Amino acid sequence: MKTARHKRFGLAMAACALSLGLVCGQAGAAESDTIKVGIITEMSGPFADFGRHIVNGAKAYMQQHGDTVAGKKVVLVIKDTTGPAPDVAKRLAQELIVKDKVDFLAGFGLTPNALAVAPIATEAKMPTIIMNAATSIITSKSPYFARVSLTLPQVTEPMAVWAYKNGYRQVYTLVADYGPGHDAEAAFKKVFTKMGGQVVGEARVPLKNPEFGPYIQRIKDSKPQAMFVFVTPGEMPIALIKSYRERGLAKAGIKLLSTGDVMEDGDQDALGDNALGMISTHQYSAAHKSPENAAFLAAYAKIDPLRPNFMSVGGYDGMAAIYNVIKQLNGKIDGDKAMAVLKGMKINSPRGPIQIDAATRDIVQNVYVREVKKVGGHYYNVEFETFKALRDPGK
Amino acid sequence: MSEKLSRASNHLTFLRTLERWKPAEIVFWVALVAVQFVFPTSLVFASQILITGLFALSLDMLLGYAGIVTLGHAAFFGIGAYTAGLLAAHGWQDPLLGLVVAGAAAGIAGYLSSFLLSRGGDLTRLMITLGIGLLLFEVANSAASITGGVDGLQGVAVGKLLGLFAFDLYGKTAYAYVLVVSFLLFAFVRSMMHSPYGLALRSMRENQVRALAVGIPINAVLTNIYTLAAVIAGIAGALLTQTTQFVGIDVLSFQRSADLLVMLIIGGTATLYGGFVGAAAFMMVQDRLSNLNPQYWQFFLGVLLIVMTLYLRGGLLGGLGRLAALCKRRRDKERS
Repeated sequence: MKTARHKRFGLAMAACALSLGLVCGQAGAAESDTIKVGIITEMSGPFADFGRHIVNGAKAYMQQHGDTVAGKKVVLVIKDTTGPAPDVAKRLAQELIVKDKVDFLAGFGLTPNALAVAPIATEAKMPTIIMNAATSIITSKSPYFARVSLTLPQVTEPMAVWAYKNGYRQVYTLVADYGPGHDAEAAFKKVFTKMGGQVVGEARVPLKNPEFGPYIQRIKDSKPQAMFVFVTPGEMPIALIKSYRERGLAKAGIKLLSTGDVMEDGDQDALGDNALGMISTHQYSAAHKSPENAAFLAAYAKIDPLRPNFMSVGGYDGMAAIYNVIKQLNGKIDGDKAMAVLKGMKINSPRGPIQIDAATRDIVQNVYVREVKKVGGHYYNVEFETFKALRDPGK
Repeated sequence: MSEKLSRASNHLTFLRTLERWKPAEIVFWVALVAVQFVFPTSLVFASQILITGLFALSLDMLLGYAGIVTLGHAAFFGIGAYTAGLLAAHGWQDPLLGLVVAGAAAGIAGYLSSFLLSRGGDLTRLMITLGIGLLLFEVANSAASITGGVDGLQGVAVGKLLGLFAFDLYGKTAYAYVLVVSFLLFAFVRSMMHSPYGLALRSMRENQVRALAVGIPINAVLTNIYTLAAVIAGIAGALLTQTTQFVGIDVLSFQRSADLLVMLIIGGTATLYGGFVGAAAFMMVQDRLSNLNPQYWQFFLGVLLIVMTLYLRGGLLGGLGRLAALCKRRRDKERS
């Protein structure tokens, strides 16, 4: 009898605690002299690096340009999706709109998180800036989406073009076995075979704990002139390139070509000599020479001691776009008007000139061919050829 | 003779009291109804808590009552979520139809896999459930043309509930819908656990050999409960799909199974309410902490979990129960 009673009391307490928790959840009303930017991104878990770069990029922009625009104070409200968790991302978006009353949504390192938010952005007419997620279809899912990062086909196709023009005819592809990997494989193959090249083999490696040895050996045995690689930034490229060196593919004359995700800036010093001479195509390198990039690097160094990468630039340019909109609308944010300003907007980015396409709201930018070199004791992707003002070929 | 009779009636009253709805239980559900009106801006979060609570309830049936350990319960949640999502994406947009079909699909999967579980002990079961979970995740990843792979299933459009109520941005319809479904399923599970069948489950958990000797058909009961738990998990998955109108591959992830286990243990196993309380506590703490520090909140969550499992025997409900006992003893002492 006694235990039943305790349980009863416990239940009542639990009910109270639940209500209390929700009470605390009620945020204060929005103040009219601030502009709130809700950033939904991956701050913890295996993709925490994405979130860190995006948020620090955004903060670097605010550090450099001040936090007041058109008389309004800009405030970031940062929310953690914990990884690829579309239901969480969607809820966070809903709460940011309904409770925090944000004026913009931004962030999104991973495609599923961005896609899940599309219907909410449309319903709430919420201008939403995609700062990283790179699957082609994203911007077509909501008229309130605009992208300042990249699309995977956009940076993959130049690699195929460059490879063919430089005499490579037989290429083996190796990609991570998930959506973006399949996209990169398809984009490379389409352009390369169209020009007259031949894809002699295709390998897909699992995302988690891959052992590259057997794949690399198989590639070596089939003796292509080069291999094209796309894997997720982080630990995969390091394991891959080690394996590439160990099995002596470089000595066998098999060149490693990749998208810039693989040769990401943050990994360069960890890769060291192993990556020297590798060719990749991407939209940003920390070694890009321009006054905008120098200013960006200086501002970023005050926020984060580590080297920024293309995701940081995505966060930085996303904030630039938001600042532009606030300026143009003089601090009165309206979804449709904001989108009108975003369409066709040009920004002088640290990566070079970029534009948000007026029709697709997707990014138009230069894609550079780079080679890993040692510059002043550190390793950088040094750009040596430019494909100017590329659109997303996926549309 | 009369003594025997009175003892029998004593046992009967004991069972009857257990079966009766207690005031605290009524308060619990009334409070959940009140949430709809008191917190109109938190309804999406509240409905996700309820869905997770329902999912945890289905695990409680297995772990708490039947003593079956599993690390792959998300498999059924995921099957339900994808079934409801695929139905909605291909034109069958009635939410209730989706719920029924999703529950049935998960139930069939549960029924089939229960035969694997009837062999071997705890460790075997852990491995088998883990294996099934990982297998399904990889299937969903590879069949990208059907499931959308890691990008998630696109184009899930759910129709109006009963043809009347559309799912809105504030989540009003969603919350009411989830609450009603959860309550009905809960009431069903509750009455089941208080029936002789529930007692049979518990005796099976405590001592399999004795249960067999008393005449409880262990394998049949195991198949039953596993199938039922799968149905409820599937319905929870379908609810998540319908209220978020999206299916991500993480519905099948190992992380989801593991988190669920943690929530249930926080709340307290074999209490029926443990799942709901644990889910609410876990998700609210996670939400608060990640708002305070989006980068390092998992550290504090970890500390909290360790402290709770070490010092709060029986989970939150058990801890609160002991607190109540302590207060009562104090009061009694003062009175005397």
